[in-house]
This record gives sequence, structure tokens and C-alpha cells, in this order.
Amino acid sequence: MALPLAQLKPDQVKWIKAVAFALCLVPLARLAWLGTHHRLGANPIEYITHSTGWWTLCFLLMTLSVTPLRRLIGWNWLLRMRRMLGLFAFFYVSLHFVTYIWLDQFFDWHSMLKDIAKRPFITVGFTAFVLLIPLAATSTNAMVRRLGARLWQRLHRAVYVIASLGVLHFWWLVKKDIREPLVFGTLLALLLLARVIYHNRKVTASPGTAVRSQVA
Amino acid sequence: MSIKRPAAILSSEITSPHLYLNRRQFMRAAAAFSAATGLAATGIGLSPEARAAIKLPDARKSALSTTGEDLTPLKDVTTYNNYYEFGTGKDDPSETAHKLRPRPWSVAVEGEVAKPRVFDIEDMLKLAPLEERVYRMRCVEGWSMVIPWVGYSFSELVKRVQPTSKAKYVQFTSLADPEQMPGIRMPILDWPYSEGLRMDEAMHPLTILCVGLYGEVLPNQDGAPVRVVIPWKYGFKSGKSIVKIRFVEEQPKTTWALANPREYGFYSNVNPQVDHPRWSQAKERRIGEFGKRATLMFNGYGDQVASLYAGMDLKKYY
Repeated sequence: MALPLAQLKPDQVKWIKAVAFALCLVPLARLAWLGTHHRLGANPIEYITHSTGWWTLCFLLMTLSVTPLRRLIGWNWLLRMRRMLGLFAFFYVSLHFVTYIWLDQFFDWHSMLKDIAKRPFITVGFTAFVLLIPLAATSTNAMVRRLGARLWQRLHRAVYVIASLGVLHFWWLVKKDIREPLVFGTLLALLLLARVIYHNRKVTASPGTAVRSQVA
Repeated sequence: MSIKRPAAILSSEITSPHLYLNRRQFMRAAAAFSAATGLAATGIGLSPEARAAIKLPDARKSALSTTGEDLTPLKDVTTYNNYYEFGTGKDDPSETAHKLRPRPWSVAVEGEVAKPRVFDIEDMLKLAPLEERVYRMRCVEGWSMVIPWVGYSFSELVKRVQPTSKAKYVQFTSLADPEQMPGIRMPILDWPYSEGLRMDEAMHPLTILCVGLYGEVLPNQDGAPVRVVIPWKYGFKSGKSIVKIRFVEEQPKTTWALANPREYGFYSNVNPQVDHPRWSQAKERRIGEFGKRATLMFNGYGDQVASLYAGMDLKKYY
């Protein structure tokens, strides 16, 4: 069943994308506004770190929601948003990382290396950030062509691992109240479960053809 | 004098058990109940305005105050709080702690003491001359403040109840009333919040019974109406909104050590050399400052307190 908004003209998609782009910048604009109005609280650096990290996870989950939403409600044009959402995840994690090395640690490389080696929650967070770099770097159409669709898709499935590490990073950071990491973790589990279901359906639906999942 | 124990009170009672400890309190609690049900308009639940109207006697400066440090602004001290009974976010307590009723209030002092007693908060304020104690406060999370507390050495209270030779530890129990503390409904920690000290730690002059800060009564989110402050230990050791002080023979169970024994020990002395399993304790961010500063052994109070731990392996007894 096709829901309303299932079929959109290219012009309409362009508009939606422009609005979505502006919306994706709202978390940053909000931080800038709070900062200039001295509303970041008693510990502004902690606030910025937590906020950029929180939004990174949100954007990762939004990116991973595109395929299941297309399947469920048939909004195929959502695919046109996916790269932008993924790049915003990278944008916010970069802010998160810069906040850590600049504002939080103030370029104390020795202390940071120790953190990365010794603190599991920083180790997994850092790993997730590093893994996201090649994905951002290969996000252009030219790179998709150069790598070939199959290899590109295989590479970009790393986002499953990245998002999982991101949630784990949050989980290991909190002292006791794990409600928020639990929400992120549950949503991620559902989104990943959707992939497993689609994959299995594909296998049973077309036993004769080679298994080539389009799920990404 | 026979005193009814809180244990004898049914959970179906509406007001919190400590209010039942004597008759005068009971009458006041009844007034609070009628106020809550709209039968009478009495001022038991204190609004911020009413709270400001409670004046503390003038506090004299103390020679035990930390000098040479800039005070953390009152706004930060009252809006950036860890007080899970009011929510786990740093800004939750300042938003929800207005529900706490710091008057009437009483504190049961019991256990291994010759003279158990229930102190009314008003009596507690007059137990000893109030002093201003400026202390560094280092949170286990890696941030710190400098706060001008108002109170007196906890030993002043101890002297008046005469602990027996069996009293080896002191346990502090905080209020756990879901009506006044929305965070209590969440099973995040094992309520009521419980903290404890070894007897010599409790008797140390730096350990204070605290009733105010910045010259005024304690704001609710900072542990009104009465708390302890132990400046050489991580902040969570300093129990807030205390309703019971119990002298005991065995080391008491403490809330964070119960929640995660690998991460939080009974002693929890500020120690830059012993890291939290998940993060370093070598540095801290002083609220209001940009860069981090080195964390000092015993939060800079080593000269006064290091002897309490002579010969102890502080890595083992973290």
C-alpha cells in the first residue's frame, strides 16, 4: 500500500532535502545560541561534549532508519536523504572529537593517548570515530563509482559496527542511570534486526539466485 | 524517655517516619497533612521565598577554611548538582528540589551511644556556634568547586550523644520520600541513600555537619536542611538531607559501594593516583575554569588527614 508522500516529484524532494539540511543544523545552532547567552550551565565543556555525542547517535540511528522506513511505508525518496544524514553524523562526531581534544583535554596528547589506551569507553568511542572516517571519505558519487557498488556497500556496512560502538561508548560512560543508553541501544537493535529479517526474506524468496542483499 | 522507632510505623502512613519521632513533630506533621488536603493553609512546605526568610545565626570565619581559592559562584553551586533523589541530570535537582520540605525536620541519632536523641533541626542549629568553612569539593566525576559551607565540626554532635566503645563507624541515612523526591521512584540506587565514615574520620575537625552555604540556609538541592561535608573525600561521601545518624560496630553498607563495588569503595578519598576504573582521577575541571588542573592528594587536605590512613594501602582501600 502506498502511503501519501510515497510518490514525490524531484523538485519536491529537493525542497524537503533543503529543509532537512537546515533542521540538521539546529542542534549546532542551539549550542551556539546557548553558548553566546551563557546558558550552557556550570560545566559548558561537558554540556557541549554530551550534546554533540548525543546528536551523533541520533544521526546514526536516523541514517539506519532510512532502509526500514522505505520498506515499511514506501517512501523511497528517503534514500536521497541518507548520505546527508550520515554526513551529519560524521559532522557532529567531529565536533564531539574536537571538543574532547581541544576544550576538554586542551591538546594534552600524552593524557589523550593514555585515555584511549586505558579507558574502554574512550577506546570504543575513538574506534567508532576512526571507522567513520573512510565512510565519510567515500560518500561521494565519484567514490561509489571508483569502488564499485558492491565493494562500496560492503564498506558502508561498517556503520552497523560503528553505531554499536557508539551506543556502547555512551553506555560505559554513564555512572548508573542507563535509561538513555538503553533507549539508543533498543532502537539500534530493532534497526539491525530489521536488516536480519530483510536478509532472510531475500534468501527464502529467491533461492535460485545468488544471495545479494541490497540491504544497507 | 522512650522514643518510638521508625520501624514501628506503618508504610501506609502519609508523612515520612522521622516526623513521628515525637509529639510536637506529630502535631506539625498533622498540620502539613491538613495543608496538603486543603483543610488549612499553613506554611509547612517552604517556597524559595519562605526559605530565604529562615535566617541563620551569623557564622564566624573558621581557621580551618581553605584560603587562596576563588569561590564557585552561588548560581553554579545551586544549578549543577548530583542529587539523584531529585533526578540524575545535573540540572534536575534545581528544578525539582522545591518539593522538599526542610521544615519541620528532625534527625534521629541512635545506635552505639549512651545518649540516643532525636534532634529537632532548630536545636541542631544551636548545638554549636556556626562557622563558615570554605572547602574544595571534588566530585568523583572529575569536576570540582570551592564552597563556603556553614556548619560546625561533626564532633560537636558526637560529644553530646557519647558513643560507646563499640561505636566504630557512623552511618548517615538520607531522606527517601517519593512524595518530596521524584527521583526516589526510579530504582537507580538502593534508597535510602546511605553513607558512612570510620569513627576517627567522623571525629576529624574538618568533617562538618552543614546547615548552610554562602551565609544562608542550605538550598534544597544542596542537601537541606542538614548534611555532612567531608572535604578530602569524593562528593558522594557527603550525605545530604540527613534523617538518621547511627553509630555502629561494623562498617556500614554505603549506597555507591553497593551499586558498583568495583568502582566505589567505602573510603573514597580523593586520590589522583587511584583511577576510577573507567576514567582517570589525575585531573579535574574546576567549575568556571577552562583548562583542567591537577587533582591533589586528599583534595589538598593531606596535611590534616593523611595520618588517618598511615600504613593503609590506598589502592586496596579506595
